[in-house]
Amino acid sequence: MSVAKPLPHDAAPLHVTGQARYVDDIPVPAGALHLAFGVSPAARGEITKLDLQAVRNAPGVALVLRAEDLPHPADTSPSAHDEPLLTSGAVHYAGQAIFLVAATSHLAARKAVAQAVIEIEEHPAIITIDEALAAGSRFEEGPRIYRKGDAATAISNAAHVIEGTMEIGGQEHFYLEGQAALALPQEGGDMIVHSSSQHPTEIQHKVADALGLPMNAVRVEVRRMGGGFGGKESQGNALAMACAIVAAQTGRPAKMRYDRDDDMIITGKRHDFRISYRVGVDAEGRIEGIEFLQYCRCGWSQDLSLPVADRAMLHADNAYHLPNARVESHRLKTNTQSATAFRGFGGPQGMVGIERVMDHIAHKLGRDPLEVRRANYYRAEAPAGPGTGRRFGGAHSPKAEEIGPQTTHYHMQVEDFILHALTERLLETSDYHARRSSIAAWNAENPVLKKGIAFSPVKFGISFTLTHLNQAGALVHVYQDGSVHMNHGGTEMGQGLFQKVAQVAADRFGIPPAQVKITATDTAKVPNTSATAASSGSDLNGMAVKAACDTIRDRLAEFIAEKHQAAPTSVRFAAGQVHVGGESYPFEAVVKDAYMNRVSLSATGFYKTPKIVWDRIKGTGRPFFYFAYGAAVTEVVIDTLTGENRILRADILHDCGASLNPALDIGQIEGGYVQGAGWLTTEELVWDAKGRLSTHAPSTYKIPACSDRPDIFNVALWEGENREETIYRSKAVGEPPLMLGISALLALSDAASACGPAYPDLHAPATAEQVLAAVERARGA
Amino acid sequence: MPEISFLLNGEAVRIADAGATVTLLDWLREDRGLTGTKEGCNEGDCGACTVMVTDADGARALNACILFLPQLHGKAVRTVEGVASPDGALHPVQSAMVEHHGSQCGFCTPGFIVSMATAHLNGRRDHDDQLAGNLCRCTGYAPIIRAAEAAASAPVPDWMRDVPPEAEASSDEACFLPATADALAAWYADHPDGTLIAGATDVGLWVTKGLAELSPVAFLGGISELKEITVSEGEIRIGAGATMAALMPVLAEHHPSYAELARRYGSEQVRQAATIGGNIANGSPIGDNPPALIALGAMLHLRKGATRRALPMEAFFLEYGKQDRALGEFVEAISIPRQPDRLKCYKLSKRFDQDISAVCGCFSITVEGGQVTGARVAFGGMAGIPKRATAVENALIGAAWTEETVRAAQAQFAEDFQPLTDMRASAAYRLESAQNMLLRYFLEDQGTAAHVLEVAP
Repeated sequence: MSVAKPLPHDAAPLHVTGQARYVDDIPVPAGALHLAFGVSPAARGEITKLDLQAVRNAPGVALVLRAEDLPHPADTSPSAHDEPLLTSGAVHYAGQAIFLVAATSHLAARKAVAQAVIEIEEHPAIITIDEALAAGSRFEEGPRIYRKGDAATAISNAAHVIEGTMEIGGQEHFYLEGQAALALPQEGGDMIVHSSSQHPTEIQHKVADALGLPMNAVRVEVRRMGGGFGGKESQGNALAMACAIVAAQTGRPAKMRYDRDDDMIITGKRHDFRISYRVGVDAEGRIEGIEFLQYCRCGWSQDLSLPVADRAMLHADNAYHLPNARVESHRLKTNTQSATAFRGFGGPQGMVGIERVMDHIAHKLGRDPLEVRRANYYRAEAPAGPGTGRRFGGAHSPKAEEIGPQTTHYHMQVEDFILHALTERLLETSDYHARRSSIAAWNAENPVLKKGIAFSPVKFGISFTLTHLNQAGALVHVYQDGSVHMNHGGTEMGQGLFQKVAQVAADRFGIPPAQVKITATDTAKVPNTSATAASSGSDLNGMAVKAACDTIRDRLAEFIAEKHQAAPTSVRFAAGQVHVGGESYPFEAVVKDAYMNRVSLSATGFYKTPKIVWDRIKGTGRPFFYFAYGAAVTEVVIDTLTGENRILRADILHDCGASLNPALDIGQIEGGYVQGAGWLTTEELVWDAKGRLSTHAPSTYKIPACSDRPDIFNVALWEGENREETIYRSKAVGEPPLMLGISALLALSDAASACGPAYPDLHAPATAEQVLAAVERARGA
Repeated sequence: MPEISFLLNGEAVRIADAGATVTLLDWLREDRGLTGTKEGCNEGDCGACTVMVTDADGARALNACILFLPQLHGKAVRTVEGVASPDGALHPVQSAMVEHHGSQCGFCTPGFIVSMATAHLNGRRDHDDQLAGNLCRCTGYAPIIRAAEAAASAPVPDWMRDVPPEAEASSDEACFLPATADALAAWYADHPDGTLIAGATDVGLWVTKGLAELSPVAFLGGISELKEITVSEGEIRIGAGATMAALMPVLAEHHPSYAELARRYGSEQVRQAATIGGNIANGSPIGDNPPALIALGAMLHLRKGATRRALPMEAFFLEYGKQDRALGEFVEAISIPRQPDRLKCYKLSKRFDQDISAVCGCFSITVEGGQVTGARVAFGGMAGIPKRATAVENALIGAAWTEETVRAAQAQFAEDFQPLTDMRASAAYRLESAQNMLLRYFLEDQGTAAHVLEVAP
């Protein structure tokens, strides 16, 4: 069986030899043009002069376009049509595209851009959360509010009330391959586009709009991305549209890739948040009522900010039962890059909020934060039915509401809560309690350096909250020699989706995965796809491919069964053989035979996620098919003189259900943890007073390097299976592990707490400077 | 550009028609169609473009994005396409990366492969340092290190041992490739508006990010006498062309804390290209060598034509962007007086490896009989230039070597420095951490553990 095998990434041999082809590696036909945007140097204002004569005269320049030169109104927005490809008149952030240059080389285009004379009458820019609040600059008419019970009353009746505010920084994706697109003009005005995109259908749609053509005139192909992380869900639209417009106008191939600084200056990042909280707890630290105020900095355009902010609200509980809760979310419009999707999609920010609350409760009550967390966990999935010894309605039976599933603050039942057992197991394997004691002893002996340790859990909701996106298609061909061609709507950005889904296809036919050809995502093969996002890639596309394979397999079974006077359901496909009525034949022979007998060997497959229903305005329903779980214990050390800090050890236990490929899943967990820890420690985005991004290159924006990974890094998979009928009972793994990195932030807070009696009030990212400030707050300085 | 020649994946290449500031990366990808080498940042900070370059001194990993073609003259270049055997068999690091799941999106992978293969060839097992210049956003690095460890004991494949070709240096009007310091001195005196390029780890960015057109240029890499490091009874004399990588073993022997600072200077790829002379001559207020050299009382040796002069290191830096260097004058050497090692260098940055210092503090404080008899304290990142903390020094010298003295001296930092707030740190944090570095020096001197990098889990 090919499913559940720890096979390497399908393209690994191509990666290590340099043969794996990315958009910029595709050989282009002669005469190709290379594009660059000229962007606004100011965050807000009116363009008073735009002199592009020197740009047009620069060496190698073939075409220069302004907004008014575009043949059709071109808008790059995935949501609100509020993002013109090129702006004229007003500018809304430093980095907004004003004109487009096409030249004979990438370097020539960049040099030409620098020749522009742009004058802007600057207006006071709205950069910070406070400035946006003061100006009433926001998306939607007012805050969104989700409610359960009566939080205010519950808080006022509680034994202890704790309040606080935390700043949570954004995050640059820093995919190693920058944004890139290539447009190849075809006969009759059609266009083929290669794009480094998580969302080929969106690229197709936006390119068609920009050219004034129906979607059927545009074909988009994505073989792979050099990393996406959400940053290529909508941010590739501008490049693909620009290439297509130039290609259509000149009849020449057009390619665009952002230089790294341009990429960081132009494209959106993770939303930064300010989260205020007021919580009432009992003597054990159990939450009785809680109020969250989430302020979310969305940037200049709407992009995906509404569902991002929604998901932050939806994860304000993380793993904890909130009997009375009120979550108020403000989506603020600022003159900065339009914040966009980033692995976790708001969920991580919401989760940091409640984990901060747990940390604060524990500090206030002088309890181990672990115990406060466990006291607040949702009730465990209750076994029921024959043999479980539980009967309802008897004289001494517990009431249903005392043992049944509890509901979230958005009124969804949590039916699959496995964290009690998972936590217990991780505490054992990580030796949490003994290490916590020895850290306390170590801290008592060390005046300058302090260690900290923290446990944090993850419960992450799986499904797009925009319900219609939870669908997927596949196209599978079996050729007459028995080789299989597999295609689906998911895109490969490194996560190993293609290999996992190929393992599914191979398993359905009982053939080796190598017999399944993995092919580039192509809007002409599978239409109307959703973005590969929300961790949904293998859940959705695995099921769609399974459906397509099963259609063909059923046809083969019926055909061969009839020949053997056997029942089609008795036919088995395994180990390259087809078993029927006591005989077995090579898969290839059966396929050949079926072909000769005119059996169709091609099929589409389709899948839509069941059970989900969601009202995002009311904040009620079941937005998620299921939850993915995990937990981490992280140990850190800090220097109380400088705030320098590092991770010493991390232990992780993560739930992938019945893993489709444990090696790839562990890769997602290790990488997600480090990316999450980076977000909350060294990765700091800084805008200057005029709203220009100061940290626009790897020289100033610091993602984790090799030595930043934990010295000891133990990652294990929870053995279990998804209680819902997902593909082979597996669970999604793309986003959830990122939030395991929250334990690193909490461990730093724990270390700072060792310096004094006060709450350290640590904000993120916890740079050395931030940690030193927290140490001083803890000391009461 | 004059004609240059080098080996590319074992085959001889001659180039006569390229510009002197065309980067190896652009040439590989755009002219040769060798697209395995990737552009990740175009400034030497991500390592996706790493290539292996072999010359008489051995093989080294370098960033192709900030490597100009004339720098390769007479050398051998191996790209990711040349790491597997000519018949397609994978190199041990390649097989290990597949088996240990070391690639996900794969975009950084070619750079990692070349760094790993180069380290493997050189027998280096300090993987974290060898790979500090290669960023990966997918894996969290753990599987990459597992792969590096798994491949470490495999024999080096024959094809990895390049023999650099014999090549005569040639020059033209716009591009000068001198072989001697005398030739350079004469050329620079004649072309005082020319640009000197040593490792190109800084000048490279003038071209790739600043989009500068540089002409004429002189490449200093062929001047072997400028790379010499000699340790005599009285001094350590370092040629301006010595790379940071070449300097490290000498520093490790005489001033281990400076060697530790150098370990965190740039990355392997940067240290293998960057020269100490370049780091000083560019006048950066945040270069990491000047504070250490000032604290050691080093002298800077300048030359213009046949005229030479020497000045204390700190005197070279006049104000932000301005050095005591005449037109046509260049840095020829640095000399450090031999001394008992009392130097401690503290580099503060957002990330430990491959990051520019927010504050770099270097201290050399001599104590005799419980009294401070000498103190040289210098900082980078605290002013527009690398600068001595004379008020702090004065507060220390002659005082008892006690925490009380240190606390009193901490107040003097505000006399010496009025640092700025920027994206690396706030002014207040810079000042406070600088003060605390002095306390750390004292506490470490008393045997107290005070650095997180020295703590094991």
